[in-house]
Amino acid sequence: MKKYLSYFTNGILRENPLLMLMIGLCSALAVTTSLANGIGMGIAMTFVLLMSEIIISAFRSLIPQSIRIPVFIIVIAAFTTIVDLVMKAFTPELSKAMGVFIPLIVVNCIIMGRVESFSYKRTITESIADALGMGLGYTWVLCSISFIRELLGAGTILGMEVLPESIRMGFFAQSPGGFFVFGLMIAVALAAKKALERKGGSR
Amino acid sequence: MSDLIKIFISAVLIENVVLIRFLALCPFIGMSSDVKKSTGMSGAVLFVTVLATAVTWPLYVYVLAPLDLKFLQILTFILVIASLVQLVEFYLKKTAPALYSSMGVYLALITTNCAILAVTFDVIAKGYTFVESLVYAVGVATGFALSLLLLAGIREKLKIAPIPSFLRGTPIMFIAAALLSMAFGGFAGLIK
Repeated sequence: MKKYLSYFTNGILRENPLLMLMIGLCSALAVTTSLANGIGMGIAMTFVLLMSEIIISAFRSLIPQSIRIPVFIIVIAAFTTIVDLVMKAFTPELSKAMGVFIPLIVVNCIIMGRVESFSYKRTITESIADALGMGLGYTWVLCSISFIRELLGAGTILGMEVLPESIRMGFFAQSPGGFFVFGLMIAVALAAKKALERKGGSR
Repeated sequence: MSDLIKIFISAVLIENVVLIRFLALCPFIGMSSDVKKSTGMSGAVLFVTVLATAVTWPLYVYVLAPLDLKFLQILTFILVIASLVQLVEFYLKKTAPALYSSMGVYLALITTNCAILAVTFDVIAKGYTFVESLVYAVGVATGFALSLLLLAGIREKLKIAPIPSFLRGTPIMFIAAALLSMAFGGFAGLIK
């Protein structure tokens, strides 16, 4: 049980795909202009990651080493298509706001990386723990970035007005704000990691 | 003709693929450590983007659309790009070893470069003709090269710049990218 817990917590800070490994950045910066987008992207990504890891892990002994990459791509592309079609049908506004970034889940390095380095070698339950951890790690970072950008840029939280118009900063809603907020978040995460290491010795 | 120039300028500057649209950030961060690496990567991206667009556009318009298989777009495009990159790699290895040794490493990384897949999707979504699509692909790749070289130049300066300790390393790169992105924001409105 403890093993699964450590796989799960791994993705949240220590090996956080966005803040520590710096992979899968494109979608993280592009869609995070509003909190709703951030949550939507997080859920979509977690679904594709979870399902791909389960399938690859279940069939890992049947997939030959030499053609594993094409097989991974097909599995990931299939689930991405499912997400794309479901979102177009049930949340058309969200799907429109994210545009090309839903299809782009297929080339997101996080999924490819986890499938290749983790679930191709591990059991299904271990893969589920890993996928949920990584997905949650991705989602919380996305939510924080989009919360800051929506609050400061548009003065709203999930569409509700909070800040008066006079102190809103359009900078955060546009592209430069994305880079800026993310840069600061990495600085904070690195500082937090250092502090943890100092406290916990070899951790 | 003026339409084509408009598409090109807008793809390079106004809708810059990295700094405004946040595509291809992984190579943008990973490959910009020196100018030589970024030139190699830019060359490989230009080559594959144009080639991928030239293959996927006819495939979509003449095969997927008439057969009502549009839902297979993601699956076919990524497979086409992945196998195309492999083919190009084999071909270059065999016929032009010198070019391969300078570009080969980057080719392997390109399959997961989201700018390429995004271009092939964009040209379909925007309803471009074949020629317009190719011009757009060249424009996007040029924009990628431009931003990559700019960041590579900035990073060489950053090595000797006094930086607050908590921003050292990756964070300062994103701050630099934010400033670059603001500069590119100034191009908005260049074309009416």
